[in-house]
Amino acid sequence: MTTRTAPSAATTTPRRAGLRKLLFTETRLYLREPLTAFFTIGLPLGLLLVLGSAIPGFRDPDPALGGERIVDGQLPAMMILLSAMTSAFSVMPAVLAVYRERGVLRRLSVTPASPAALLATQLLLNLATTVVAAILTVVGGHLVLGTRLPGQVPWFVLVFLLGVTALFAIGLAVAAVVPNSRVAGGLGAVVMFPMLFLAGMWLPRDLMPEFLRRISDFTPAGAFGQALRDSWGGATPQALHVAVIVAWALAADVFAARAFRWE
Amino acid sequence: MGIIEITGLRKLYGRQVAVDDVSFTVEEGEIFGVVGSNGAGKTTTVECVSGLRAADGGTITVTGLDPRRDRAELRRRVGVQLQDCSLPDKLKVGEALDLYASFYDRPADWRELMEDVGLGPKRNTAFAKLSGGQRQRLSIALALVGAPRVAILDELTTGLDPRSRRETWELIEHVRARGVTIILVTHFMEEAERLCDRLAVIDEGRVAAIGTPADLVARVDGGQRVTFRAVSGADDVLRALPEVSGVVRDGDTMTVTGKEGLLLAVTSALAAAGLVPMDLRTERATLDDAFLSLTGHAATDAS
Repeated sequence: MTTRTAPSAATTTPRRAGLRKLLFTETRLYLREPLTAFFTIGLPLGLLLVLGSAIPGFRDPDPALGGERIVDGQLPAMMILLSAMTSAFSVMPAVLAVYRERGVLRRLSVTPASPAALLATQLLLNLATTVVAAILTVVGGHLVLGTRLPGQVPWFVLVFLLGVTALFAIGLAVAAVVPNSRVAGGLGAVVMFPMLFLAGMWLPRDLMPEFLRRISDFTPAGAFGQALRDSWGGATPQALHVAVIVAWALAADVFAARAFRWE
Repeated sequence: MGIIEITGLRKLYGRQVAVDDVSFTVEEGEIFGVVGSNGAGKTTTVECVSGLRAADGGTITVTGLDPRRDRAELRRRVGVQLQDCSLPDKLKVGEALDLYASFYDRPADWRELMEDVGLGPKRNTAFAKLSGGQRQRLSIALALVGAPRVAILDELTTGLDPRSRRETWELIEHVRARGVTIILVTHFMEEAERLCDRLAVIDEGRVAAIGTPADLVARVDGGQRVTFRAVSGADDVLRALPEVSGVVRDGDTMTVTGKEGLLLAVTSALAAAGLVPMDLRTERATLDDAFLSLTGHAATDAS
């Protein structure tokens, strides 16, 4: 049953102090689950540093990548994707599904704060985690492994923000359709692993057969990963990839806004 | 003019009528019960009052506000305790109260409230580690932390053990003493009888009766009952009395039912006839009996 009992932003003016406290409280709860921060920040950074230093070939110019070193663009870009997708597809939908099934969202809807504020808080918190993970990946990789810093910083930042927006919009769409928290975890994984594969997590896009790379071009993670690598290497990302990312972000947002249930 | 006025409330779910032509008025400062069996439309009624659902017909005013049109203001004035709502497992008692207090412009002192509901020693306990009774008391405290004029409490003691239930009842009486008007939704007649100043019996989406618990009990035919050891000749003497509605003889025991004043009428008539009733006992109908006679079924049969 789709119930539209959620308040619209126009009818509620929750106090700012309340919103600050909500963000503070949600952050506290987030940190009380140490595994979450491990999977979203620790694991991507750890994989980058361990793989980057343990596998010698990763630090040599790779002819298959056009002479680029794997640690310079491919590996850190994939780790940023891994972190963003873990937050967007696994952490956030699970928390929102729990909040919905346990009536936390409904409970908030009878106070001057709205459940939309809690949703916004969760988005903000998970976005912040992704940003922290990305900064640590870029800076940590540079300091420890001597990886290249992003060459096209404005494009890199723009692509990062657009890509993360698209992934989180899809995460919200997942949270909108799952009936409970158990399904949220499963569906998140079902979305995440094929996407990671198509983005080139296990097989870099440069090594993919033509048809697979074509498919990858039109997936949010494939387009995001390639655009991130391009701007990292100093090139301007392809218009196709930017357009694909924006299209996914819009489509998923519209879907999530229509389908999201508060109770 | 009551603090809450409901006139001709109607609510449909699809084609099914959940609430039909429900009207009642709640006066400021009273505990008003909305009682009925599961699925009778109690929760739907109070969800319309709290603005969670839009009514399909009728009017509702709460402290002069329309629950849907003036939702933002309504939420500042009405505290709601909902059925089946919990908090995140790792949120601590003090944090939850502090957080909810921050939503309001002029909240109650949450530390004081925490002491009042007996959760002071549990301030740093996570929600998941609380007992059922403690969770319920926290839930009541959260409904009151905004210092509301009206509190709506839905199925407050369902699932609690008898001791926690009694403690919760005492708490509600303290809340009333603060001057908060309370709507109490329940299917426990004992709870309604103990706490409510007045109540509305809802059955199949309609109001079956409204009154004080004593009123409703008094309306029960045969609300008063007198039993004694049977003596021959008593039947005819008693049947002639206007207060008596029935006389049943079951073996050695005679049960006389009737209205107010039954006991006095029975004893004086028997004395006048020279008959001595032994093991004389008198019983009064309960709200459970009243509910049964108003609706034709028991309040708790479904649960």
